[in-house]
Amino acid sequence: MRELTYREALREALREEMKRDPKVFMMGEEIAEYGGSYKVSQGLLEEFGHERIRNTPLAEAAIAGAALGASLVGMRPVAEIMYIDFSFIAADQIINQIAKLRYMTGGMVKVPMVMRTQGGGGVAAGPHHSQSLEAIFAHIPGLFVVMPSNAYDAKGLLKTSIREDNPVIFIEHKKLYGESCPVPEEEYTIPLGKGDIKREGNDISIITYSRCVNFALEAAEELAKDGVDVEVVDIRTLKPLDEAIILSSVQKTGKAMVVYEACRTGGFGAEIAALIGEKAFDYLDAPIRRVASLDSPVSFNPRQEQYILVNPEKIQAAALEMMGK
Amino acid sequence: MPEIDAAKLKEIYTSMVKIRFFEERAIIEYRKGLPGFIHASIGQEAIPAGVCAFLREDDYTITTHRGHGDIIAKGAQLDRMMAELFAKKTGYCKGKGGSMHIADVDRNILGATGIVGDGIPIAAGVGTALKMQGLDSIMVAFFGDGATNSGAFHEGMGLAAAWYLPVLFVCQNNLYQQSTPTRDYCRLTDIADRAKGYGIPGITVDGNDAIAVAEVAREAIEKCRKGEGPILIVGNTYRTVGHHMGDPGTSYRSKEEVEEWKKKDPIKRLRQQLVQNKMATDAELDEIENNVLRELDEAVKFAQESPEPTPEEALEDIYA
Repeated sequence: MRELTYREALREALREEMKRDPKVFMMGEEIAEYGGSYKVSQGLLEEFGHERIRNTPLAEAAIAGAALGASLVGMRPVAEIMYIDFSFIAADQIINQIAKLRYMTGGMVKVPMVMRTQGGGGVAAGPHHSQSLEAIFAHIPGLFVVMPSNAYDAKGLLKTSIREDNPVIFIEHKKLYGESCPVPEEEYTIPLGKGDIKREGNDISIITYSRCVNFALEAAEELAKDGVDVEVVDIRTLKPLDEAIILSSVQKTGKAMVVYEACRTGGFGAEIAALIGEKAFDYLDAPIRRVASLDSPVSFNPRQEQYILVNPEKIQAAALEMMGK
Repeated sequence: MPEIDAAKLKEIYTSMVKIRFFEERAIIEYRKGLPGFIHASIGQEAIPAGVCAFLREDDYTITTHRGHGDIIAKGAQLDRMMAELFAKKTGYCKGKGGSMHIADVDRNILGATGIVGDGIPIAAGVGTALKMQGLDSIMVAFFGDGATNSGAFHEGMGLAAAWYLPVLFVCQNNLYQQSTPTRDYCRLTDIADRAKGYGIPGITVDGNDAIAVAEVAREAIEKCRKGEGPILIVGNTYRTVGHHMGDPGTSYRSKEEVEEWKKKDPIKRLRQQLVQNKMATDAELDEIENNVLRELDEAVKFAQESPEPTPEEALEDIYA
């Protein structure tokens, strides 16, 4: 099978959905001639024109609010917020309007829009370009939150998100754009709310998402050398959450580690840990372990950044401790 | 443009009376024990009535927490609005929105925001969609003077202007951002001057003169429809009641000031104009008012007799 990068897979999803449905259009900062800060929309302007690939003013509240407005009257906007760090400028529109308009109107409206953004650290981008803020959006009723970990998932989940009648916060990871994996030529979609076992194992369940899936898989290879058989559960969508895949994996292994790149305190992994504590306690033969980034802004200094962020070595060390090795 | 005819002015009068009587009745019912807040717009009725008189059914509106008037002027049903204030299942939002969030999507009333200014970027998005679909419908965003301080106002106006969108921005300048007078938050003496910052027309009108509002709105609406939008209209007016029912409206303005504005009541003024110009008789206008009062009696009865939603229904309508 051919391989595509995460970036190419996202672009292919956008192209296919825009061809399929004239209501789909994109808006965001520097997405047209420039092709987007991470070049996801490169080439789409030539194919679809300025009417459907819209550069916006540098005004995130306007991007979010206008996407909502357009979604109310027959369009399916895909809005891009260049960095998730900038989404706080749009957060009022996202949290107070996009998430709640359907509810506030007693179900009178649908809000079929996608807010694409990207987060995460690892490129020495400093405290304003490296955050992992997904927990904030997952906390808000009315939003779906999607965080794909590879090109295959990215394409299938983005296509589904664009067809979805609810607002989706689609969070990419800047360190994944260049990563490749097999992606079929044939059309496919992936439902929201369905996790994926990225590696089967019997000793420890690592429940994670986004770039940390790769970290968990790397750690699993190393741990295998020490005789530790790791299962990696990629939840793929934080909301809706595939509780069943988490609980059944924990039931099988009896050990649960939750890994996330966001700061430890209040991260979405804490929610997963609580879920396991509430619904799978009887299957556990060790305390639930969280491996997350430290409670700090992400420093520019690369060594400090490395120190703060989660990485495969931290996962490996925690797993060995859990196994008493 | 030709003068606005008697039939249209009577329509505007009816709309203003509906707004006034609805809010007066809502205040009475609120004092008897309705939950939550009510932000009345008494004194400001000429602006929504004058603007909406020239909107088509396929035009869209959005408004704010002080939005009863804008919603009524676009044609919403008083009974379902009243039921929403009563938090009943038959209310427009099934009791989930309340006074601050009434919408009627069938009549292209896209809702009301409790966050001041937030409707402005949303309006820009509606305008974008209308333009992309090649429709000649327009979008109207209603808001108050306080909203013009928000980042959302700046961002939404900027986007609408940059994209030449068919959006009419209507600021009801009631001279106070809740309790803070305009001069204390804005160095401009004319809020319409803010439009210059976006390179679009800004028009100021006496917001208590329904005919003047209607004339300005008619022209602005047609311009937006022809692709000459966006346009900002600022109607200078006055809310003769407090910010909400918990505010008597006396701590930040004098009784004399309020009394002066009550003399400029837009409904009385239009009535005088209609009668003096022999466009309507007092008897005709009395009948309009009596009909509205009857409609409101029925609306209150409908609201009172409607069922409450169940607690469990709170969890419906979060997702489609």
